Amino acid sequence: MNFFHNSNIFIWVEKLIAFINSIFFAVLLAALSFALIFSPPDYLQGDSVRIMYVHVPAAWISLASFTCIALLSILNFIFKIKNFTLVAKSIAPIGFVFTCIAIVTGSIWGQPTWGTFWAWDARITSMVLLGIFYFVFIATYKLISKEETANKVASIVAILGLINIPIIKYSVEWWSTLHQPASIKIAGSSTIHSSMLMPLLLMFFTLLLYCALIFLMKYKTEIIRIKKKNLYRKI
Amino acid sequence: MLPKKVKKRASLLAVFLSASVFGVFLILNALNKNILYFNSPTDIKVSQDINFDKKIRVGGMVKKNTLNIKDQEIIFIITDFKNEIKVSFKGTIPNLFAEGKGVVAEGKLQDKKFFIADRILAKHDENYMPPELKNIMKNNAK
Repeated sequence: MNFFHNSNIFIWVEKLIAFINSIFFAVLLAALSFALIFSPPDYLQGDSVRIMYVHVPAAWISLASFTCIALLSILNFIFKIKNFTLVAKSIAPIGFVFTCIAIVTGSIWGQPTWGTFWAWDARITSMVLLGIFYFVFIATYKLISKEETANKVASIVAILGLINIPIIKYSVEWWSTLHQPASIKIAGSSTIHSSMLMPLLLMFFTLLLYCALIFLMKYKTEIIRIKKKNLYRKI
Repeated sequence: MLPKKVKKRASLLAVFLSASVFGVFLILNALNKNILYFNSPTDIKVSQDINFDKKIRVGGMVKKNTLNIKDQEIIFIITDFKNEIKVSFKGTIPNLFAEGKGVVAEGKLQDKKFFIADRILAKHDENYMPPELKNIMKNNAK
């Protein structure tokens, strides 16, 4: 059986889209009611802490998406798997949107807490750089009409952009920044109370579902585009 | 066993990536001082070439029991628990500005111990908790 044949993938993509569509609004409603109503306000920030429930998952997803794009580009460069470029290309738009959401929500949160919308500190500057990398990656496909060249240039952009990812992650530890360090640590105890951690993880799951949905729809369009192109070639 | 072509491409990529990482590292190292968003009072104490006409940022904790407000002027001490610097400021302060919390002051140094700020930013820490829990912790501390 050839699972990775485009026709087989197409069927699975359609099934997955239908499944996510069927549960998404229930999950979104549950996550939003926990984040906006049932979770407590913060002892210092009050209700503006609720911005965090969108800001943090959006930032996580934007970093994870770019890492995926870069790894797929590396694997494609080494093993020449055509499908990986399609997947990478389909992740990029939603990753870019989440980068923008993270920056904008962070800015809205910054005004009441820090006293400023914007600060050119290491974390925020490196996040803007991530947005630029996403933008260039997407623009490559729009500007270069020859598909193979576009793939090559986009891969280089993605691989160079990968270096920026650990810089974003560790910027708050390496340099003095206005942005606070991470509250949730991979090793060791978190400095966020469980009554706020739960809605945060729920929101992360919800936005991840949304990200998957948009990715699958874009991926579906890409497969259709390729099939149409091949069809014309045969005629 | 991997084909020869695959190995060649993998090693090419490894060389390219490590060279780029090294290059970025050199750039960041050279820029190190400029990337810092603020200086601590210790940085200012040990620094040899301070330009008193240039705007800088000083950051640290607002020392407890030093916040003094009279008329329009706010005076407090920024500490990094090793060295201190006195700050004078006229204007509005952000909501989260308080004693014992993080702060970043933007302005000009008068001398190594006195700083006139024209903007105050509050630096939030990484602790998130509901107010009831904070009260319980306060009572336990007593």
